[in-house]
Amino acid sequence: MKPLLEVNGVSRFFGGLAAVTGVSFSVKKGEILGLIGPNGAGKTTLFNVVNGFYPPSRGEVLFKGKRISGLKPHQICRLGVARTFQVVKPLQRMSVLDNVIASAFVRANSRARADEIAIEALRFTGLYDDRDVISKGLPLGKRKRLEIARALATQPEMILFDESCAGLNPTELGHSIEIIRKIKERGLTIMVIEHHMKVIMSISDRIVVLNYGEKIAEGTPAEITANPLVIEAYLGASQGA
Amino acid sequence: MKRILPPVILVLLALLPLLGLSSYWMHIFILVIMWAVIGMAWNLLGGYCGQVSFGHAAFFGVGAYTAGILYNKAGLSGWWGLPLSIVAVTASALVIGFICLRLRGPFFALGTLAMGVILRVTTENLRSLTEGDLGIMIRERTWTEKTWYFYIILSIAASTYFVVRKVIESKLGYYFVAIREDQDAAESLGINTTFYKNIALCLSAVITGIAGAFYTNYMGYIDPKVVFALHDISIVTIMVVMVGGVATFWGPAVGAVIMVLLAELIRSIPKLGAAHHTLFGILLIVIIIFLPNGIVGDLPKLRKIFRLGRTS
Ligand SMILES: Nc1ncnc2c1ncn2[C@@H]1O[C@H](COP(=O)(O)OP(=O)(O)OP(=O)(O)O)[C@@H](O)[C@H]1O
Ligand SMILES: [Mg+2]
Repeated sequence: MKPLLEVNGVSRFFGGLAAVTGVSFSVKKGEILGLIGPNGAGKTTLFNVVNGFYPPSRGEVLFKGKRISGLKPHQICRLGVARTFQVVKPLQRMSVLDNVIASAFVRANSRARADEIAIEALRFTGLYDDRDVISKGLPLGKRKRLEIARALATQPEMILFDESCAGLNPTELGHSIEIIRKIKERGLTIMVIEHHMKVIMSISDRIVVLNYGEKIAEGTPAEITANPLVIEAYLGASQGA
Repeated sequence: MKRILPPVILVLLALLPLLGLSSYWMHIFILVIMWAVIGMAWNLLGGYCGQVSFGHAAFFGVGAYTAGILYNKAGLSGWWGLPLSIVAVTASALVIGFICLRLRGPFFALGTLAMGVILRVTTENLRSLTEGDLGIMIRERTWTEKTWYFYIILSIAASTYFVVRKVIESKLGYYFVAIREDQDAAESLGINTTFYKNIALCLSAVITGIAGAFYTNYMGYIDPKVVFALHDISIVTIMVVMVGGVATFWGPAVGAVIMVLLAELIRSIPKLGAAHHTLFGILLIVIIIFLPNGIVGDLPKLRKIFRLGRTS
């Protein structure tokens, strides 16, 4: 079966800095692909390339066999790829519900339909009781979930989660993992960036490891934990820090 | 209560000319309503969509000159300027949008400010079309009385209020506010930010232009310094909305009442001269400090202050 998303030889430079260099991998329909790597490895940059914020300096990204690199983020979202932000970006002076309604309008052709989609997404992420809160006043854990609710409301086929579990307390963490699992059960395809090793190992079907912008390993969680290159990259990073 | 308020206000205003007010007071009411229209228009772009324009005189002026040129060159009634300014203003809004909407925040504000100036200078120099500094005089006034002018601007204001309300409660409104709050987030949620910013700009510009076309017909005389004025149009527009309440339905109307009355009041103080600009400036600063959300936006705060005042 053809993969849903293909990243082919993607590089992204910022001036002289190579944030991502020659990375290739693919994501199969319905799987959870984990993306890990030390700080500054280029994970978020890779998401930004897939989602259209940055065009790749080299290489291309294909979604369902069609080239999407070069398209604008709103076009890529419309094609079915949604994302969350590592540094959360709530629409601050809008209520939680309005945040989600705004994103539901991508597919909804009426206000009533948008409300419906939004309320469903809020119930799914456990934010329904906070729907009238102005999102500026939301605690971090809920803001992270609001990111997820908004991504869901665009009714995507694939979601990119950029550290949706970072900075959460154990209860919230459990909740978020549960949400990601339930999203997979709905048949959506998922890419997750996560630093929390236990989390990433338990939810991922496969994992891609980046280090200094390059892909150094790819495989099942078991293969990755046993990979000497990966161990070295992480030990090296923690020694340097 | 909230639902019936707009029609009630409309009916009360419609009955106003029956009171037999003096020509001076009719003039004040017409100005207030005109400024409410311009404020509502600016609010769509600046208040809801977050694109703060310092150049709305550009659209006011293009609208005004559309009416003036139709009268002066084509021999048509200046009232044709109302519908036809939509075409001229949309065209100029698309050009200005193409240049300025790629800029964000203060750079957009400066870009629009420059556009207003460029249009004024252009109008001053395109003498064959605009008569330059001489301006355009509408020699045959449609009515000598103010009643019909009042009803025309009142209908424009009612339609504007209706359109703004519909737009803001629809998908467009959600998209405008999403763009204001975070352009990158909006874009990643499937919102074509460039397209919707242009929509907001065009809507805002067209309404402002219609007000400009009305102004030509009402005042009977325009020149570039008046209708493309940086202070008296562009800045006052922003002040109307800020004083009344940014991104509120009634803010521009409240702001218009206060700004027009205040301008009249300051003007009636003898020997003030250019110092009235200073007074205006001081007022703006005071309002920004004490009522950052404007009178309508900070209504709860104002209520509290007055209640305190009464009990003590
Ligand atoms: N817009 C940009 N301009 C210049 N440099 C950038 C830009 N975005 C990212 N970088 C650089 O690219 C490198 C990769 O950053 P990126 O944010 O992709 O890392 P990351 O793997 O997501 O790290 P973290 O785990 O800390 O989130 C970093 O050195 C970063 O400073
Ligand atoms: Mg990152």
